[in-house]
Amino acid sequence: MPRPNPDVMDAKARIVARLRAVLPDDAVIADPVATRAYECDGLSAYRCPPLAVTLPRTTTETAAILRICHEEGVPVVPRGSGTSLAGGAMPTADCVVLGVARMNAVLATHYEDRIIRVQAGRTNLSVTGAVEAEGFFYAPDPSSQLACAIAGNIAMNSGGAHCLKYGVTTNNLLGVTLVQMDGTVVEIGGPYMDAGGLDLLGVICGSEGQLGVVTEAWLRILPKPEGARPVLMGFDSSEVAGACVSDIVKAGILPVAIEFMDRLLIRVCEDFAHAGYPDCEALLIVEVEGSPAEIDEQLARIIAIARTHNPVALIEAADEGQAKRIWLGRKSAFSAIGRISDYMCLDGTIPVSSLPYVLRRIGELSVEYGLVVGNVFHAGDGNMHPLILYDANKPGELETCERLGAEILKLCVEVGGCLTGEHGVGVEKRDLMGVQFTPADMEAQMRVKDVFDPKWLLNPAKVFPLDLTATRRR
Amino acid sequence: MRPATETELSELLRNATDTLRVAGGGTRAIGALPRGEVLETAGLSGVTLYEPGALTLVARAGTPINEIAALLASENQRLAFEVPDMRGLLGRQGVSTAGGVVAANASGPRRVQAGACRDNLLGVRFVDGTGTVIKNGGRVMKNVTGYDLVKLMAGSHGALGVLTEVSFRLQAVPEAEASLCLPGLTATEAVAAMATALTSPFDISGAAWIEGAALIRVEGMAGSVAYRVAELRKRLPGAEVLEADASACRWATVRDVAPFAGAEGAVWRLSLRASMAAGMLWALAQAGLVHRRVMMDWGGGLLWLLVEDAGDAGARLIRGTLAPLGGHATLVRGPAHVPAFAPESAAVGALTAGLCLKFDPRGLFNKGAAG
Repeated sequence: MPRPNPDVMDAKARIVARLRAVLPDDAVIADPVATRAYECDGLSAYRCPPLAVTLPRTTTETAAILRICHEEGVPVVPRGSGTSLAGGAMPTADCVVLGVARMNAVLATHYEDRIIRVQAGRTNLSVTGAVEAEGFFYAPDPSSQLACAIAGNIAMNSGGAHCLKYGVTTNNLLGVTLVQMDGTVVEIGGPYMDAGGLDLLGVICGSEGQLGVVTEAWLRILPKPEGARPVLMGFDSSEVAGACVSDIVKAGILPVAIEFMDRLLIRVCEDFAHAGYPDCEALLIVEVEGSPAEIDEQLARIIAIARTHNPVALIEAADEGQAKRIWLGRKSAFSAIGRISDYMCLDGTIPVSSLPYVLRRIGELSVEYGLVVGNVFHAGDGNMHPLILYDANKPGELETCERLGAEILKLCVEVGGCLTGEHGVGVEKRDLMGVQFTPADMEAQMRVKDVFDPKWLLNPAKVFPLDLTATRRR
Repeated sequence: MRPATETELSELLRNATDTLRVAGGGTRAIGALPRGEVLETAGLSGVTLYEPGALTLVARAGTPINEIAALLASENQRLAFEVPDMRGLLGRQGVSTAGGVVAANASGPRRVQAGACRDNLLGVRFVDGTGTVIKNGGRVMKNVTGYDLVKLMAGSHGALGVLTEVSFRLQAVPEAEASLCLPGLTATEAVAAMATALTSPFDISGAAWIEGAALIRVEGMAGSVAYRVAELRKRLPGAEVLEADASACRWATVRDVAPFAGAEGAVWRLSLRASMAAGMLWALAQAGLVHRRVMMDWGGGLLWLLVEDAGDAGARLIRGTLAPLGGHATLVRGPAHVPAFAPESAAVGALTAGLCLKFDPRGLFNKGAAG
């Protein structure tokens, strides 16, 4: 990270006093011990306590914080629930963290329009929680959905296992209240299906908190399907499983999810969730929705395709309990692997047709670098999650792991994919951006930030390589 | 001007000294025509990648959209967002292009289920006002690498750059489709019927009110379509059922706003909260605005009005009535002196102007088109 601005560090007392003057007592944390709780996000290998932390309860308070920081030239790091796997909410020593977690109310629900307005600190799963009694749900379902905030989902354009059918955050977001760095509050989009003018909402979603702080959002909610049933398909090689995915997609049946796990992940997730995963080299979890008859109709077609690939196991969830355990195992994959090893999680996306080739190459690279790589991912849309296991206590092994990770991400770009499908660039992949983009491509993106945040104070030193942004951050 | 390659286009823009009118097929541009020489993209044509197994197609921006549709049909696939054909409504000739469709974010009835054009757009290449070639997004379904300029370009009406290549996510054509048709409904009854369908678990892919009839569409595997039609009929008594081609033909008229084509008058397109659509019509009637024809799509979220084109064609009244409800009204066809796009708030206007200045510092492109 860049060196902290000494002028800001020296002005801490004044900055904190100004923040305290406009906020309730409990909304400003400046004590060096207390701020340590905010020193990292889900990418815990990188840590740095911030100058101060603010926890506003309203858009007005948010605007007041940003206005002061803008005047004082203080960088601001917006934070949802701090679950970013890419270091998207990682502080700098000279920054004020702006945490939105206390803004968690539901502001309006209109079932007839299938929309809900929430404060952006509300957690993903609790949006569904607010509407499920009426038979609705909020579709994007990142694995961290119990904890992660809508604000962070919008910043990272989060996805999840069921995005194959329902799309990612950007496809389910209708409007935001955005506070710009200078304190300007702007309403973008609203409770209708297309906003007028340029699609500012589209560029704000996924901008990693660099264009403004989202305090409220209009989201689409959907009526819950009548039912859903996952089926487990075991294969004796990852490549065959990959080929099966490609055939299902091409056949025109759109399951809500097609998830992939290799032997290592099958074992650790089974130990964790006791879902009844078969013992095999590669497993697909395919889920379809509808009435029991509709589910049977779709599964019959999907199973017929799977049979052409000689599966070693075909298991339909016997009951609701097993279906839940199947998903618990999958959604706990990262924490389950964390029980046995340190690991680094990658997030590249590739064209579905390249799955067999990329899985084979990852296997070869794993041997070459001498580190075990497990695979668990959203196969239907090609969003991979290779997990590289390493031992943080062995000198040099983290560095080897990072080099292997970079090789795998380059491979993803080479076959026509991208560095990150849903986790975001953050700090973690900042320096790999040049693999996917030309300087002109990145310049075009940075120009957007120039317009929204001319002083480059919001979540600086993320997303773009530091040398490219140096002159702007000054 | 009709560049044949992206490089040629880039040079042309770098050396440009006066404003330009960027045009794809010229079939769907709205608002006052921008000043300047016409810059056609039709020379940048051809599908560069089609992978049915990955549901992906990449095409140069000037590729005729019909050519793409025919190619996809040969593999039983399609663009999920149902590209509207606006030629009848706007009285245009010409051939729609992929780039034009994207620049207008042209999206049909399946918006309620499969999203708009922008939701099915995976990547773009474009040349900005300085002649710089820029790519963003790509050809994969999930991509959060860097800022999403793909969305920014969709619906930008040529204000930020000239598209040279676009990539789409595709959809397999489902085995079956059928529609429920409830004739003779008032606007209020229609909105209620559409909401009943759209809030059901039956995965509705279209909900419109056209010539007094509410239309509700389901698509999918044959058994599933039959089941959902039966379930919906229980909830919407009195509905007739349109199967297969009969259903498809009816939805083409919704998609293309066909009932307004050839009729005299100004055409308004209102985007608003679906449940407000009937109230909006009532409020307009109270204020003395009589519409000649009316149609709803997106469950009421899209309201089409044909009104007398005298004076401001009802602009002040329509935009004034809509403002407190939220939403915006676009004059799709009407007097040239009335701004086609709704005015923006000061803060949004400042961001729009800032972006236009960054991407087109010399003001070459479609002045005023983006609103």
